[in-house]
Amino acid sequence: MRRRRVAAIAGVGVVLAGALTWATVGEDPRVATTDQRIAVVDGPENDQHVTLDTTFFKPVHAGRAPAVLLAHGFGGSKDDSRAEAMSLARRGYAVLTWSARGFGQSGGEITLDSPDYDVKDVRQLVDWLAHRPEVRLDRPGDPRVGVAGQSYGGGISLMSAAYDARIDAIAPQITWYDLADAFFPDATGKGAENGVFKKAWAGLFFTSGASSTACGRFLPSLCSLYQKVAETGRPTPGAIATLRRSSPSSVAGRIRVPTLLIQGQTDSLFPLDQADRNARAITGAPVKTVWFQGGHDGGDAETSRVQGLVADWFDDYLKGGTPSPGDGFTVTRSGGIDSSTQRVTISAASAARYPGLSGATRRTIPLSGGEETVHNPAGGSPTSISSMPGLGLLGGLSGLSGLGGAGGIGLDLPGQSATFDSEPLNAPVQLTGAAQVRVRVTTPGPARTGVHRPTLFAKIYDVGPGGQAVPARRLVTPLHLDGTAQVTLPAMDYRFAAGHRIRVAFSATDMGFTSPARPAAYQVSVESPLSVPVDPALRTPPAPLPWWVWGLPAIALVASVVIVATVRRRAGKGGGEAVATTPLEISGLTKRYKNGYLAVDDLSFRVERGQVCGLLGPNGAGKTTTLRMLMGLIHPDEGEIRIFGEAVRPGAPVLSRLGSFVEGPGFLPHLSGRDNLELYWKAAGRGESHIEAALKIAGLGDAVRRPVRTYSQGMRQRLAIAQAMLGLPDLLVLDEPTNGLDPPQIAEMREVLVRYAAEGKTVIISSHLLAEVEQTCTEVVVMHKGRLVAAGPVAEIAGHEGSIVIGTPDVDRALGVLTALEGIERAEPYDPGVLVRIDGSAPSAVVAALVAGGVAVERVTPHRRLEDAFLTLIGEES
Amino acid sequence: MSTGTSRTSGRRGGDASYNARKTLPLRVEAVRQLRRRRTWIAFVVLLLLPWVLAAAFKIGGSPSGNDPNTPGLVTVATTGALNFTAFTLFVSAGFLLVVAVALFCGDTVASEAGWASLRYLLAAPVPRVRLLRQKLVVALSLAALAVVSVPAMAMITGIYVFGWARLRVPGTDTAMANGTALSRMLIIVGYTLVSELVVAALAFLLSVTTDSPLGAVGGAVGLVILSNIIDAVTALGHWREFLPTHWQFAWTDALQPDLVWTGMIKGMVLSASYAIVLLALAVRRFRNKDVVS
Repeated sequence: MRRRRVAAIAGVGVVLAGALTWATVGEDPRVATTDQRIAVVDGPENDQHVTLDTTFFKPVHAGRAPAVLLAHGFGGSKDDSRAEAMSLARRGYAVLTWSARGFGQSGGEITLDSPDYDVKDVRQLVDWLAHRPEVRLDRPGDPRVGVAGQSYGGGISLMSAAYDARIDAIAPQITWYDLADAFFPDATGKGAENGVFKKAWAGLFFTSGASSTACGRFLPSLCSLYQKVAETGRPTPGAIATLRRSSPSSVAGRIRVPTLLIQGQTDSLFPLDQADRNARAITGAPVKTVWFQGGHDGGDAETSRVQGLVADWFDDYLKGGTPSPGDGFTVTRSGGIDSSTQRVTISAASAARYPGLSGATRRTIPLSGGEETVHNPAGGSPTSISSMPGLGLLGGLSGLSGLGGAGGIGLDLPGQSATFDSEPLNAPVQLTGAAQVRVRVTTPGPARTGVHRPTLFAKIYDVGPGGQAVPARRLVTPLHLDGTAQVTLPAMDYRFAAGHRIRVAFSATDMGFTSPARPAAYQVSVESPLSVPVDPALRTPPAPLPWWVWGLPAIALVASVVIVATVRRRAGKGGGEAVATTPLEISGLTKRYKNGYLAVDDLSFRVERGQVCGLLGPNGAGKTTTLRMLMGLIHPDEGEIRIFGEAVRPGAPVLSRLGSFVEGPGFLPHLSGRDNLELYWKAAGRGESHIEAALKIAGLGDAVRRPVRTYSQGMRQRLAIAQAMLGLPDLLVLDEPTNGLDPPQIAEMREVLVRYAAEGKTVIISSHLLAEVEQTCTEVVVMHKGRLVAAGPVAEIAGHEGSIVIGTPDVDRALGVLTALEGIERAEPYDPGVLVRIDGSAPSAVVAALVAGGVAVERVTPHRRLEDAFLTLIGEES
Repeated sequence: MSTGTSRTSGRRGGDASYNARKTLPLRVEAVRQLRRRRTWIAFVVLLLLPWVLAAAFKIGGSPSGNDPNTPGLVTVATTGALNFTAFTLFVSAGFLLVVAVALFCGDTVASEAGWASLRYLLAAPVPRVRLLRQKLVVALSLAALAVVSVPAMAMITGIYVFGWARLRVPGTDTAMANGTALSRMLIIVGYTLVSELVVAALAFLLSVTTDSPLGAVGGAVGLVILSNIIDAVTALGHWREFLPTHWQFAWTDALQPDLVWTGMIKGMVLSASYAIVLLALAVRRFRNKDVVS
């Protein structure tokens, strides 16, 4: 049975695992998909014919549903969005995923989300959607549609929303506002024209398409533009114009649909400031800004949170739900390691309003340090390292950025950076936004030989009490500066613990950026305290506890009450009137064990006060089972046992008047005999004890101080009998008490018991030995196979007072003599002789008469009916 | 033997001096358990553990934090007594404390059954539910003492071997104020106590079910191991949260600069809920049981 239960549990486990696997793979038979190539026409002259590889996911519900266009990231294809599309389709959206031109199985070249190409493609995808019978229309030709995507896909979301008024809501993620500013950032706010080339990212971006040709699938004009810029490291006006044309910055103010901006905190390609400027560029529509842990550098992608936010956004603005107000800004924060999953726990802090990178309020924190000299190494090498573009994509940095960007590599070379520290903070500071500081950079006369202006890279470190500095985030903002300017440091959300210092560092090089090859030395100083943006409105709602935190204890309590209260009450009322003076009355007692063995079968007998009653029967007769029921250890199936008129139940108080020794001794082996008795007596909840007297009965001598485990079988036996007699019980029950005792001890024990009964107590002895019962008991109950065979006074049942067996070969002659004799009640043949029941005569007279009658008397024995019966029983048994 | 005059019947037919509420007093049960060798061996092993760990650190040298594979608590284990205590708990909570708790709670009834002394207690009579209650109280007290003794000894060992230092939070450069750290340690010990409840209850249920102490203790430990194995099957997703051992290390949340309660609350709720049901099952089972040992 147990094996079957294990198998059942295992089966449930397999089914469960199967269901979960199916759920995680994201394939759902309910979602019907169709793959098709959609022909589009684009290009500046509308003369480029391209077919796009698309997949349409039909909504699971019948009727017309809002549509969602899911765009993929740079270098990806429509297959990247499959899981998200499935889940949106299950949520009741018609979803179209497509490989953008230049990617996957689609035709055409990569155009960087250009309005002339990609945007026109999307307009035609919207046209296609407008003709689908599954898609809800706002008016003919105008479907209810949202666009979402990451990075490259986020860019097209914003761009198409600006160019196509039919788009109703967008959810761009980790994308750009201004590609020129993203690739030529400038911390002094002068724009891309003054920017520093983000060469590592740009290289990855533009060469990832390279295959047989250097440009791969890039539009040749874009490719040559990149090559020119990468060669010099300086932006050309043409390049800036081209990049801006592919950027929401070129259409600022024209995006008027509800926009969910999700930007990564681990993103050195499109940092938080890109989302910040997008948020400001959208007019007349709700905007929600979310900073999550991931980004182009890796980190926790928070996939389920991000996809959930996107789906909620579309629920609100495509399905016409009620948008929850007061939730304009959400920052996810890592809160250490979840001990049970060993993963970083991430909580979301929200505020009603997005305050921008300058924060809701600002704190000024003085920075130490005077003028410091920064050396630019010749050839711009070695470089200091902040982040490693691309590695994040491969997951290489995800481990390093595990704890809020702390730990791991962060390399500033000696002499090549200037650092300015705050005093240890007396309270934690939560920086949310972009800190600013006024910086003065000069190049001393002799070193001023280069044509380049000084290039520096600003970053923020968190310095622990031990002096260990870790990058607050692996982000830098570069600056070209010769003179004084307000420098904007990397935007981030970071908590500086109390006792830590905030360090602002300026290094001459950074691995991700172009820096001057000519050696130089710059004098750097800060001219203002650090201005730290904070947003006290951000609140982390306590992580909602699941229902079961409250529900489970309640369920458990109810369950345990049910478990305890529904016990089948076995104590059946019944039997005759309680006679309080009868030590033991058993009526109709029946016990069948679980395996079906009928141990005791309708047993009834009675033991009176002062009797020594023997419970006699072969092994397996049910004696021990009866005694166990008598002790309340096992529950009878039927009938009842009354001790002094009280029905026996487990733990019935009347058991305190019972002393018992059943089926061997039970002692704590590590305790001495005396300690065993003392502790037993204390456990019995009684007053006076008779330990000394009991120990005398046990007769163990000095052995009482030894641990019981050293005792012989006989010693334990005697100690157990002593324990049974500890409280001078009114009813003493001993099961095979003489087992293991030697003859003198047996005789002594017998005497003790007889004396005990003579004091008005009652003794029950169970035995399979007839002699023992005969010698000790006044009464006997014979059991066999659970049934009562005989019960009564030993003398009566044993019957040897009035009957003798004459052993003789001359049975007939003997019978003849005996029938003539006076004082004989009856004479009958009895193998191997004659059984004579004497009534008035005497054995001697009977023998004399027989001898006189010429009968050969070989022996004369008392007739023992009990033995007879008993032997017959045992004979049957064997 | 003295000649006892027939005593008047006591309460509900019992002996006059019998009082069910005085049966198996806690003190008596405590003496019965405390004088067992296994109790002392268990405590000796638990109390030696911190010294063994400290010796290992002394011989093998302090762990360096450079190896990314080293768990956080190890790297700072030798910083001071507080860190050493946290580390000792971390290495012992998963198995050693489970075994100790299972030992005290799983052995208690089953060993009486094994010695056959259970039937004499029941026939004394100690009412069955009362017997369970008294035994459970003593077993839980011993188990709690065992759980507390490890961090207590670790603290002593730590002060002696590594000295006193502020608690360093693993993975960061943060050190906690002493007051905070000590209160966190109390939280951790408290949580560990509650989280072991499920082990205790499970062992206790097995203890009333089987007559073999080894079976009860081994069974409970085995089920804990099984739960750990299933917990490693991440495909089970949220279902793992309902495994009794899923939250056994939730106390490490208390070592973070910002105390996170959620995991510990869930762990305590789960442990207590399981424990209530398992104990109810134990009571039901024992009340109904035919004691044939």
